Amino acid sequence: MDSNLLSYSLDFVASSGRILSIEQRTALQTSMLILKKNYNFQRVMFWGKILGIKQDYFIAQGRGEDEIKNRTYLYSFNCMDWLLLPAVTESMIEEVTKTAKGHFIGDPSFVYEQNLYFQIETEEEAESNVNKVSEENRLSVTIQQIDEDVSVVPRGAFIRTPLGPVHVNRSFAGLSESEARQLDNFLHFREPKRANILYLERMGDWCPAIDFLDVLIDDIPKGSWSLQFECASRVCLLRSLLWFGLTFYHVPNTPQHGYIYIGNGLKNQDLPFML
Amino acid sequence: MDNVLGRRDCRDAEVFKAFLMKDSTKSNRNLYEHLTQLLIKVIDEHTENAVDVVEEMSRDVKRALFSGIKGPLREVPQVSSAELLTEQQRTLFSQPEEVVAQEDEMGETALPNVSEIAFYLEQAEVGLGREEMQRIFLALKHLVDSEGLPRCRLWGKILGIESNYIVAEAEYREGEEEQESIEDQPAEEEKEPENPENEQVEADPLPQSIYKPQLDAPKEAIGTGANKFAYYVCKEPGLPWIKLPSVSPAQINTARQIRKFFTGNLESPVVSYPPFPGNESNYLRAQIARISAGTQVSPQGFYQGGEEEDDEEDEIPRDSFEVNPDFEDIPVSEMAESLSTWVHHVQHILQQGRCTWVNIAVKPDEESNEDEEGDENEEESEEVEPEVGPALLTPLSQDAEMFNTSPWSSKVSTILTFQHAIAVLRSNLWPGAFAYACGKKFENIYIGWGLKYVGEVYSPPIPPPPLMEYQNGPEITEGLDPTPEEEQALKEDLEEQQAALEEAEASEDDEDED
Repeated sequence: MDSNLLSYSLDFVASSGRILSIEQRTALQTSMLILKKNYNFQRVMFWGKILGIKQDYFIAQGRGEDEIKNRTYLYSFNCMDWLLLPAVTESMIEEVTKTAKGHFIGDPSFVYEQNLYFQIETEEEAESNVNKVSEENRLSVTIQQIDEDVSVVPRGAFIRTPLGPVHVNRSFAGLSESEARQLDNFLHFREPKRANILYLERMGDWCPAIDFLDVLIDDIPKGSWSLQFECASRVCLLRSLLWFGLTFYHVPNTPQHGYIYIGNGLKNQDLPFML
Repeated sequence: MDNVLGRRDCRDAEVFKAFLMKDSTKSNRNLYEHLTQLLIKVIDEHTENAVDVVEEMSRDVKRALFSGIKGPLREVPQVSSAELLTEQQRTLFSQPEEVVAQEDEMGETALPNVSEIAFYLEQAEVGLGREEMQRIFLALKHLVDSEGLPRCRLWGKILGIESNYIVAEAEYREGEEEQESIEDQPAEEEKEPENPENEQVEADPLPQSIYKPQLDAPKEAIGTGANKFAYYVCKEPGLPWIKLPSVSPAQINTARQIRKFFTGNLESPVVSYPPFPGNESNYLRAQIARISAGTQVSPQGFYQGGEEEDDEEDEIPRDSFEVNPDFEDIPVSEMAESLSTWVHHVQHILQQGRCTWVNIAVKPDEESNEDEEGDENEEESEEVEPEVGPALLTPLSQDAEMFNTSPWSSKVSTILTFQHAIAVLRSNLWPGAFAYACGKKFENIYIGWGLKYVGEVYSPPIPPPPLMEYQNGPEITEGLDPTPEEEQALKEDLEEQQAALEEAEASEDDEDED
């Protein structure tokens, strides 16, 4: 969620149970502005929090010209001192998925180890067969995965300009209440992965400038979202059942929307059993 | 020369203007008019970077044309869900007719101070938002007033797919216990399987199923063990509170094996393997019992064991405690550092699904007619060791470590103003369970999906092994068909016998006649 609207929007997502203390909120107000200036970001978003056993990571996201491509992530423990997260590469994702398991510890230099083979004869072999991943890398990969899987925007909030980059749609006036009750009107905020042919067929008012993203309703398995109206039924809330802790809010008939992740950074692999 | 050119430009411009003013065959509008309106809009609104959003503005201009048009259809007044809810929530804010000053007589009020709890919870980074907490506070007040509860507590909130449950924990009223246990009785009898008593003595009896349903431990009495408290749930503050049924050991045990979301509808069935005995209200109650047993904690020394405990070293773990009047608060830094300063004040639920162990085998079961089963039971009852869980008020430092992570994370709420910090405890086993302690005040709350952390992946229990195939015996093996010769021989034999019989009868008749 946008750092400018932080305290306003945190109230909407509070019904998931996790909030920020007043000390953290005020600290964020100060530090994110500094962050924006120092890193020359167009916008700074407060992305969320990943809970560790010893300490929690606070995550901020800086956005550049293109809202989808130019993203930078930073983490902090005290909401004041921010550190840059390493960029994610293919090999890093592979290593992390193989090695890192269980809860986050809360120490970026913590190293996860896993033996690749069960039968190890010599010590040299043992050393070469051990996968090592630092928690900092794991954090970076996890954040990217969460953004890939469950970052949400309402339809029409962003436009792809003819030149390519994705911008905020300034004339977005919000979904109506009946529109906000349908998953068709919420989109994945990532580089589109699916062909939108089906989508084109079922929408009457298809528009290439705003309908360039994937729709939530096509997610597999069906029903991996919980859509409710809360805060006295005034705010539309979407909770992901795939990543517990991701909450998206949108106030119907206003352009306000945003998402936050506060959770332990573990994907719900058991979803097919639970529906 | 210039004149000529100018005239030509002028003519060109006129031609072009005429072209622009040509009405569209589809919309009956023309571009000239549209562009005029668009430019007027830009001039009026002084839009920043107008060139970037001119397409959108153009759309707006076109759209605005339709806004004034009234169709022939009458508008149906739409009632939004927010409006419906406000009607319900209005009652929360109704002013009491007369302020009754009963507090002095009661000593302490049944209603918890939710505002204060919310204040501390906010420091612990937990909460539901201030407004929502206030609504819940008012809803709790209505619950206490309408039900006449002796004591009530905000237990937490369980998220569901379609709607959420706000859960309140309350002590049973005096006299309510007996009433409830009578109500429960018939339900239990129905559950017991009826033996099909086909005592027909046949030469070829049907094969008997050797499946024996597992004997369920009896429900714990209202007011003890897992049924110590009554729980009320509501979907939104302002909507009616619904009391959950009491929990049975079978429900707790099945809930341990399944992993399902709550839908938000108490009546909906729980579709799972192994089958869950009951609907969502029972499942919710079972999960509440498990969460309470796992995560309800208090500072060490706040409670002390009841008076019965000093009788002797009894087998039965104590199940009652009282507030220690001499409790001295433990410093926050100490509370945050060591888990041994926290104790469980809700009884551990045993493998059996009860808090106090009961020997099922000894239970007088009249249904078992068969002698064999009786023997087995007797044998078992000699062997069965009573299950013993950790005693009440056991420190958290003795909690078992699961999946290589410690079950609790603890910290102080703030370092900057540590003089006024509170100690915060977070459960890693039940994500969403929190506890805080500050001086003599402490509170537990659960806000989450009602699911336990199960390590990397959940593996559903495998179904029981299938029964053996029916043993091959002479009664089901196919014999060889007789040859025509054999048939002929048999026929002749039969005819001979018949003839012999007839002869014998004939001779008897003769004798009778004589």
